[in-house]
Amino acid sequence: MTTTTTSSRPARAPQVRRRRRPARSPWLHVAMVPLSLLWISPIVFVGFVSIRSFDDIAARGIGALPTSISFEGFITAFEGGGLWRALGNSIAVTAGGVFLSLALSAVAAYALSRFEIPLRKTILLTMLAGNLLPPQILLVPVSAITDSLGIYDTLFALTIVQVGFGIGFYTFVLYGFMRNLPDEVFEAARIDGAGAGKIFWAIVLPLSRPSMAALGALSTTWIFNDLIWAMTVLRTEDKFPITAQLLNMMGGFGSSWNVIAAGALVAAIPTAVVFFIFQKQFVSGLLVGTDK
Amino acid sequence: MAVEAPSRTEETRTASPQAPQRAPGFGARVLSRLRRVPMLIWLFLLVPVVFEVFWVFWPALNSFSLSVTRWDGITPAEPVGLQNFVDLWDDPIFRTALENNIIWIIGFGGLSVVIGLALAVALNKPGPMVGLYRSAIFLPMVVSLAVTGLFWRVMYAPDGPMNASLGLVGLESLQRQWLADPDLALYAVLIAAVWRQVGYIMVLYLAGLKSCDESLEEAAAVDGANAWTRFWRIVMPQLKGVHTVVFAVTVIDSLRTFDIVWAMTRGGPYNETQLLSTYMFQQAFTTGNLGYASAISVVIFALAIGFIITYLVRQSRNED
Repeated sequence: MTTTTTSSRPARAPQVRRRRRPARSPWLHVAMVPLSLLWISPIVFVGFVSIRSFDDIAARGIGALPTSISFEGFITAFEGGGLWRALGNSIAVTAGGVFLSLALSAVAAYALSRFEIPLRKTILLTMLAGNLLPPQILLVPVSAITDSLGIYDTLFALTIVQVGFGIGFYTFVLYGFMRNLPDEVFEAARIDGAGAGKIFWAIVLPLSRPSMAALGALSTTWIFNDLIWAMTVLRTEDKFPITAQLLNMMGGFGSSWNVIAAGALVAAIPTAVVFFIFQKQFVSGLLVGTDK
Repeated sequence: MAVEAPSRTEETRTASPQAPQRAPGFGARVLSRLRRVPMLIWLFLLVPVVFEVFWVFWPALNSFSLSVTRWDGITPAEPVGLQNFVDLWDDPIFRTALENNIIWIIGFGGLSVVIGLALAVALNKPGPMVGLYRSAIFLPMVVSLAVTGLFWRVMYAPDGPMNASLGLVGLESLQRQWLADPDLALYAVLIAAVWRQVGYIMVLYLAGLKSCDESLEEAAAVDGANAWTRFWRIVMPQLKGVHTVVFAVTVIDSLRTFDIVWAMTRGGPYNETQLLSTYMFQQAFTTGNLGYASAISVVIFALAIGFIITYLVRQSRNED
């Protein structure tokens, strides 16, 4: 598992770096500077559009560069587009979803990794398989099930569905991590008379913090960025998370590009913040299962 | 509890009247193993498993049974046998969606792998600015697919940056109504998706390159192999594991792709950018043909299952 390999890597890295490398050719920078700029240009352009006024865009086109700064787009998006409420919905679902997913998959991974459960590998891979299924095959029945349980069109339903779909992957990752925790720690705790629950709470959870952080960062962006589940279990605009609300806004503010651009930026900022704070964990989460 | 458990098992094994008279065989061994797992742990395992079964596996099975019915969600579902699949075969929109999905797998997968791998090789060795380049390529990953779609709608707007830049360099003849042109719209959406995916693929390959054996490449260099040969003969074979994962993940992702198309074109113009997932969603929640939509989702599943198994086999090998 990557989470464990990354911890063994630093021991090797300095050695490699000490070796003198020949000077690099400038061609790398000749190619990469324009490419990097090109790569971030859509984000920069959307930023430009978001700070222009409607009249300016109407007069000079979307492609023109801003000559003055106007927050009209942001103000309209928040006041007329219901962005605050949508952002609140997204945050509520993400917070609940991430917490519940991690809690449930941590206990499952603990049971599978530290106890002699028969067929544990089959159980583990089946759980992972659930996460790999195309969501399309779940949409119609999930919508019907939430309806028959009376939770259709609630944020609760959206949270639960996100947790159910994500659990398999998180359990798989945490299993890989917990299995590699040193046996001596468990022996010592057992001799001290700690039970299975106590060991989980006092030893396994604190030791699993790095992989929990990686999964937390990853699942935060996944749940926050989701669109299809929201469109499947929600109907009322009041309950839409920000992704669904933005698409909804396209209808009402279709020609106000500054409002659309401002809304799109606002929706991208929370995940960007999570990414920059947890960059290392995020990347190690993405790498799960690719190392040899 | 864990300390008590083993001793209690010992007791029960000797004292229990149901203890098998025969020497403890396979069944008894399993039973004693089961008893050694504390109750709390069974609970720890069962709650998440039941949760996933209820919200994932049970609905998935339901889709299969719905796919052989005609159902509008209100009146009871009416069994129609394989009629839905027959209808799919004759449905020109379904065919377009299937073709588009194949174009998507090849175009989206191919472009993001080629660009992502090239960038990983170029940015593998640390150096000044390299971190900055990596971040720039990686940045789009944090933007959701739906928001990526909106970003690129701005880019592709008729008087937007795309056409303005073409005008600026004197290529007015290439200016288009990117998302309204039936021949181009799918590729316009595809480019937006690749823009976001390349960073992910690059990160996967960067990790793969890090675990490659450098001494092999150095030895080949001493023997006079040039960079191109070294890459194909030494580096690529070592990346085999990453290739498998990237391949499986790309196909699975391609078959799921929904958000970005929905945000940019909703399958239009004239259903020319319809993918299986968007057509399925439209049939289910816009038109209300839930049985027909389930049949499409079964087709998506059938296309994906081989790659899901590939991925799982690879993962289970990692577990050993």
